[in-house]
Amino acid sequence: MDVLLGNLGEFLTRFGGTLGLFVVSAIASLILGVVLAAMRVSPVPAMRATGTAYVTLLRNTPLTLVLFFFALGFTKIFFYLPFFLLAVIGLSLYTAAFVCEVVRGGISTVPEGQAEAARALGLGFTQILGLVVLPQAVRSVMPPLTSVQIALLKNTTVAAGFSVFEAGGFYRAVNERGGSTLVALLWVALGFIVLVIPLTVLQRRLEKRWSVAR
Amino acid sequence: MSAPTAVLFDVPGPRARARNTLAGVATLAVVAALLAVIVWRLGATGQLDARVWEWITYENVQLALLDGLVNTLWAFASGAVLALLLGAVLALGRLSDHRALRSLASGIVELFRAVPLVVLMFLFYYGLPSAGVTVSTYAAVVLGLMLYNGAVLAEVFRAGVLAVPRGQSEAAYALGMRKSGVMRFVLLPQAVRSMMPAIISQLVVLLKDSALGFLITYPELLFQAQFLGSNATLGSPLIPVALVVAVIYIALCLLLSALATWIEQRSRRNPAVIAVAAAGRPDDA
Repeated sequence: MDVLLGNLGEFLTRFGGTLGLFVVSAIASLILGVVLAAMRVSPVPAMRATGTAYVTLLRNTPLTLVLFFFALGFTKIFFYLPFFLLAVIGLSLYTAAFVCEVVRGGISTVPEGQAEAARALGLGFTQILGLVVLPQAVRSVMPPLTSVQIALLKNTTVAAGFSVFEAGGFYRAVNERGGSTLVALLWVALGFIVLVIPLTVLQRRLEKRWSVAR
Repeated sequence: MSAPTAVLFDVPGPRARARNTLAGVATLAVVAALLAVIVWRLGATGQLDARVWEWITYENVQLALLDGLVNTLWAFASGAVLALLLGAVLALGRLSDHRALRSLASGIVELFRAVPLVVLMFLFYYGLPSAGVTVSTYAAVVLGLMLYNGAVLAEVFRAGVLAVPRGQSEAAYALGMRKSGVMRFVLLPQAVRSMMPAIISQLVVLLKDSALGFLITYPELLFQAQFLGSNATLGSPLIPVALVVAVIYIALCLLLSALATWIEQRSRRNPAVIAVAAAGRPDDA
């Protein structure tokens, strides 16, 4: 118990770092994921190919490898960026691939008649997507999207291995001050449980309320 | 392109064709520019010089990378087998008729799905020594993989068993079989067959997660990459080694994913396999 109380400031600021990573990466991955999904269903073959290549590449790469490149390689090749930003870029690029797949699945659950009616009204591709399909796709997209974001929250801990200031590194701080790393890590695990389980409950509830028969 | 998404745009007329071609050219230009910038920067920082690539020719280095690959595959294989076993046990627990067993199994599954895999591995490798128990990196990696993926696979197995048409179990009970017999001979075989793609997808996730062993110094591929990459006598070839390792990882995962897709397509054509509603990979990532 005193491991937690003695290091409470550190514990809370580190979880703040985790949440900061999570929120920024979540928003960035959502935007990029929707753009990628639009690219994958667009009438332009080059865009479809680029989107497919991107998603296939990043879904089959370990996140550790992606962060490895960004944390250790990016500064060598390009320019300096603080570790936090590098981690955010890596996490967003990785998660965007999964968001894209989820949104694409959601687009395919919207009844064809909707898109056909929109076309009959003379709406263009971006208009059909933006005004008709995507708003309806939100229903079937939300539960798996929540799953992907929960996975992102847990993946932020991978950044801990690259000295990004977040919860996974709490045990090191405790170790330096001579505390028990076991207790420290158990507290970190408990912290994540407290964060993740409400999100999981929310996701289950969304799934029950909004599930769409495919 | 799938049928629903094909209706998103009309057959392009001349203006739309011109616009689409323009958009296509613009996209290709952007992608080419990005790749060009990357290659230029790689060249400018000396990552494409022969000096930083000569490590490939050294037999020691090749053996070291092979060693890393073997360790990765070892962790993957042990983790996979144990996770499948644990998943089956937990799934049976969640499907049990006894409330106590059901709650216990559900609690365990929820617990291990909520804790990040990294924290689990850290717990085993950095945490247990405080309690006097030392664990090898291999054991920590495999234990972590087993617990997390076992919990996820439990959900997959459970979904598979619940997807088997009710008539199957009703007929089995009518024949006088008891619960264990129904599970063993009727439900589980059909469940596993229909959930094969989802199970293999989860195994791909397991393979990717074995790379997390790098964070606790388990000598798998990525660890070897960093070790070799910071070796000054080889010219500190961090980027080249990482690129080669990336190719190896992506190839392995693509192979497994292709296996999953092939099985899914085969089972779709086979009327005996129950089609379970698209088991995507929502929980991985």
